[in-house]
Amino acid sequence: MKIKGTQLFIKALVAEGVDTLFAYPGGMAIDLFDALYGEKSFRVVLPRHEQGLVHAADGYARATGKTGVCLVTSGPGATNLVTGIATANFDSVPLVCFTGQVPTNLIGNDAFQEVDIVGICRSICKYAVTVRRREDLGRIIKEAFYIARTGKPGPVLVDFPKDIQQELGSDEYPSEVSIRGYKPSSGVHMGQLKKAAEMLANAKRPLFLAGGGVNVSRANAEMTRLAEVLNVPVVTTIMGKGALPTDHPLYIGNMGMHGNVAANTAVTECDLLFSIGTRFNDRITGKISEFAKGAKIIHIDIDAASISRNIVVDVPIVADAKEAIVKFSEIAKVPARTGDWVERLQNLKAEHPIRMASSGALLTPQDVIEGINRNFSEAIVTTDVGQNQMWTTQFLQLRGKSRLITSGGLGTMGFGLPSAVGAKLGCPDLPVVSVSGDGGFQMNEQELATAVCEELPIVICVLNNSYLGNVRQWQEMFYGGRYSCTCLEKRRSCGDWCSHPSAKCPPYIPDFVKLAESYGIEGIRVTERGQIDSAFEQAKKNTKAPTLIEFVIEREANILPMVPGGNALSDMITEYGKEKK
Amino acid sequence: MDQLKKRWISLYVENDVGVLAKISGLFSGKSYNLLSLTVGETEDPTVSRMTISLRGDDKTFEQIKKQLNRSVEVIKVLDFTDLPIHKKEILFIKMHSLKKEEIEEIFRSAKVFGVNVCDYDKNALILESLKTESENDDVLRYYKKYFSTRMEAVRGGSVAIESVSRSER
Repeated sequence: MKIKGTQLFIKALVAEGVDTLFAYPGGMAIDLFDALYGEKSFRVVLPRHEQGLVHAADGYARATGKTGVCLVTSGPGATNLVTGIATANFDSVPLVCFTGQVPTNLIGNDAFQEVDIVGICRSICKYAVTVRRREDLGRIIKEAFYIARTGKPGPVLVDFPKDIQQELGSDEYPSEVSIRGYKPSSGVHMGQLKKAAEMLANAKRPLFLAGGGVNVSRANAEMTRLAEVLNVPVVTTIMGKGALPTDHPLYIGNMGMHGNVAANTAVTECDLLFSIGTRFNDRITGKISEFAKGAKIIHIDIDAASISRNIVVDVPIVADAKEAIVKFSEIAKVPARTGDWVERLQNLKAEHPIRMASSGALLTPQDVIEGINRNFSEAIVTTDVGQNQMWTTQFLQLRGKSRLITSGGLGTMGFGLPSAVGAKLGCPDLPVVSVSGDGGFQMNEQELATAVCEELPIVICVLNNSYLGNVRQWQEMFYGGRYSCTCLEKRRSCGDWCSHPSAKCPPYIPDFVKLAESYGIEGIRVTERGQIDSAFEQAKKNTKAPTLIEFVIEREANILPMVPGGNALSDMITEYGKEKK
Repeated sequence: MDQLKKRWISLYVENDVGVLAKISGLFSGKSYNLLSLTVGETEDPTVSRMTISLRGDDKTFEQIKKQLNRSVEVIKVLDFTDLPIHKKEILFIKMHSLKKEEIEEIFRSAKVFGVNVCDYDKNALILESLKTESENDDVLRYYKKYFSTRMEAVRGGSVAIESVSRSER
């Protein structure tokens, strides 16, 4: 039977098991939307901006482990995806993004709403392709899903011209894929694993470093068991947080630029660093020449290109984290004496907890994140980028089904709210909490409407310090307090640039509580520690709608400890300015 | 010791729109130093083959090969750096406003260098040189010495293929 390209598109999504489609219509996608009309096989969600759309698909994918699917129109619809595609690419999130395109005979004509989106996205996605012939459509969609979710997952873009959408052709959707240039690695090199087992057995101060790969391959239980059996302590990158429950005695903490003292000391002092699923980027390593200087390094990663790229390793192992951990568990030998080492790190952790100084009744971000810990035994927590993200990664407890969803690689502002929308759509039975700063929240605040229309009871936390806080912190610490363009209260009438807030500062805009009310939802402003729990309790009562909680926090709170860029991990700033005890 | 050695890669890629852009974009986006890149169809019209020469240290070169390998459009990456290969480049040199004696001189030198005069007019001619890149460098340098203001040169970049009989480079 001959069917239209649009009909094959729907058939393909059904065959791929898609249950949620994030879609925003437009001229070059209108035929696809017509085919979606009345479709009952999956849910079609209409965000309010394509950037919010792709972050929502990303949050959905990270929360569920399934592939997030986007559909937008050509031109601006497509270019609005760019930041979200790069975000997903950096953090290995499987997405398939369909973009409408002008008819093939107009491509290259500078037609209305025509852009070369494949060209634009080539370097920020796993694969990008234009469908040029109707007969290729089924194969291309099949390949797109396959490429997105296998190997190191990532975003795939399928550019879909309007004439191909309309053209009649085969109704067949292939069940098999064979791509000669794409063979995702499978299996583990047992010889290398044995070498690793030998080194681990002889190590005195072994340490696991778990990166995002452990979470991506959902190897958390296996990772925990392995650490327990071997009695080897674990530190994580931000993306690896949750590899072990955060209250596990073998979990030492996050390492890196804003890691805790014990975790960074562990990396510096270990004699064997067994790292899984991290690419050792600059926020992780600090000064490369000082990184784990006395240690042998084992590195498991699914991406051969991530191995020995930044850090030269002794035993490279190209494999999926979960598969490698399972296989390694079968042959691993318990190292003889790690008891003292574990104890030392546990003591260090107890002696140097991350604790934010508080001045009086003013809220600290720590209070807020600990409020989340108290009020939600399990939750998916999403963040923006910046201070809100770092504080969340420092203080958030992850246990059970809890999961942290954060833009680790690209560091995208405006990610928190839309990714929470997607996470809740994918995991309706888990509480979903987003944490944003006042700056990042405003980058995609229009997605409040999506949360309302989809009746999603997410809890939206805005940490308001009226600053683009992370940059402000750097300006305070390294640029002489010159707060250039980081104060969100500054108005023309303020006159000169300033370097400190004062009583004369203009009121903050927008009024987040009123903003929430304009969307018909409850907005709560919390200014004191004592109000935190009641705000969360109130939010939990709203079971069909989101709740926005604005936490007015101390304006110039800093993230500490901090390893300034280019310093060795051992060279941490633990006290600074007013935070000095 | 790491050194900025000249390297050769032969790349099998899908013969599709955008693949050249993908490969060249990888080099520019990651600041890899590309010396030459040639591309053409193979015996299988769905496959193109690229010959790439570049200069880089061992670590960067390893990374380049890995990055190429992980591209969906790349079918196979062959490292020709230390293999016995045949490689050739085409070079055309057009010279004009030549005097009679100069033309005679060029004919003589062409014979010595082993290059052909492939086109000829009363006061102009074209040389065709099929040699390795570095031999072509020499040829070009020679004619530039005398005719730099009266010549134009175009080079094709190298193509390379593995030897069937040689055991050493």
